[in-house]
Amino acid sequence: MTHGPHRRVVVTVNGEAYEAVPGATVADLVAAWCRSPKGVAVAVDGTVVPRSEWDATSMAPGSTVEVVTAAAGG
Amino acid sequence: MTVDAAPDPFVVAGTELGSRLLLGTGGMTSPESLGRALVASGTVLATVALRRVDPSTRHSLVDLLEGLGIRILPNTAGCFTAAEAVLTARLAREAFATDWVKLEVIGDDRTLLPDPIELVDAAEQLVDDGFTVLPYCGDDPVVARRLEQVGCAAVMPLGSPIGSGLGIRNPHNIELIVEQAGVPVVLDAGIGTASDACLAMELGCSAVLVASAVTLAEDPELMAGAMREAVRAGRAARRAGRISRRFVAQASSSFEGLVGR
Repeated sequence: MTHGPHRRVVVTVNGEAYEAVPGATVADLVAAWCRSPKGVAVAVDGTVVPRSEWDATSMAPGSTVEVVTAAAGG
Repeated sequence: MTVDAAPDPFVVAGTELGSRLLLGTGGMTSPESLGRALVASGTVLATVALRRVDPSTRHSLVDLLEGLGIRILPNTAGCFTAAEAVLTARLAREAFATDWVKLEVIGDDRTLLPDPIELVDAAEQLVDDGFTVLPYCGDDPVVARRLEQVGCAAVMPLGSPIGSGLGIRNPHNIELIVEQAGVPVVLDAGIGTASDACLAMELGCSAVLVASAVTLAEDPELMAGAMREAVRAGRAARRAGRISRRFVAQASSSFEGLVGR
């Protein structure tokens, strides 16, 4: 199996390089990274992606993605 | 047991909250002890921070709070600029489906004191974006007034630096903030023990937010219960109206009919 450079979708997720399958959406990424999508939010390149748009938003190569959830805090 | 049955609702942005004690969730050793402290505190509103997902974490703070029927108040802890705080608040709104936010914009990493300029800027942006903003601020009455003017639903002045346990260092400023405020004043940060929470309420605050004083206490559950009673006692004392201070004694027993005179 060969991948041309244009086929690879390498994004940065929470500061780590991550290779997503071509065509992967934000919903796919959340499924890969989180035990449950509950209480999770995603920002791509500094902009929040609303939950309702997770399925329709595919990952562009080179994107910076933050996947966040609740942590104990004052 | 309640002696005073008169209604005394605590209302923030049109929502009545059944407890005047807000709890922070940071610092606890286990989810189980956090759960016990939350129950003992009687709180209905608890703060959480927003952080990168840790795939190895097994327990869910959201599930814990939901299971206890406690509303989530996301904070923007760790943000140093208005831009960071606004993005964090928007992420929190998406994550927890709430437009309430405890807005924190820190100006100094040693004292963790708020940056008033970035804070007011962030508050204004978030209010314009439809958020219900509860800002953590210094004990400066002018900043508190600015925050109210831009549309914050409450103001949350510190008693002393976060986690310091130094109590209320400037009670007079807190009274000034209370006296001028048209929104609830929630004493946030610096509470060390129950008497500090009681004093905050006696000064006229509408509520108290406690985190480290409970979560880092030797017995968090017991301290949570103490805070609950302190807040109730302080509120009742405030409503009851304390006596004025006098320089010398005033006898409480009459001198009339005194034996031998």
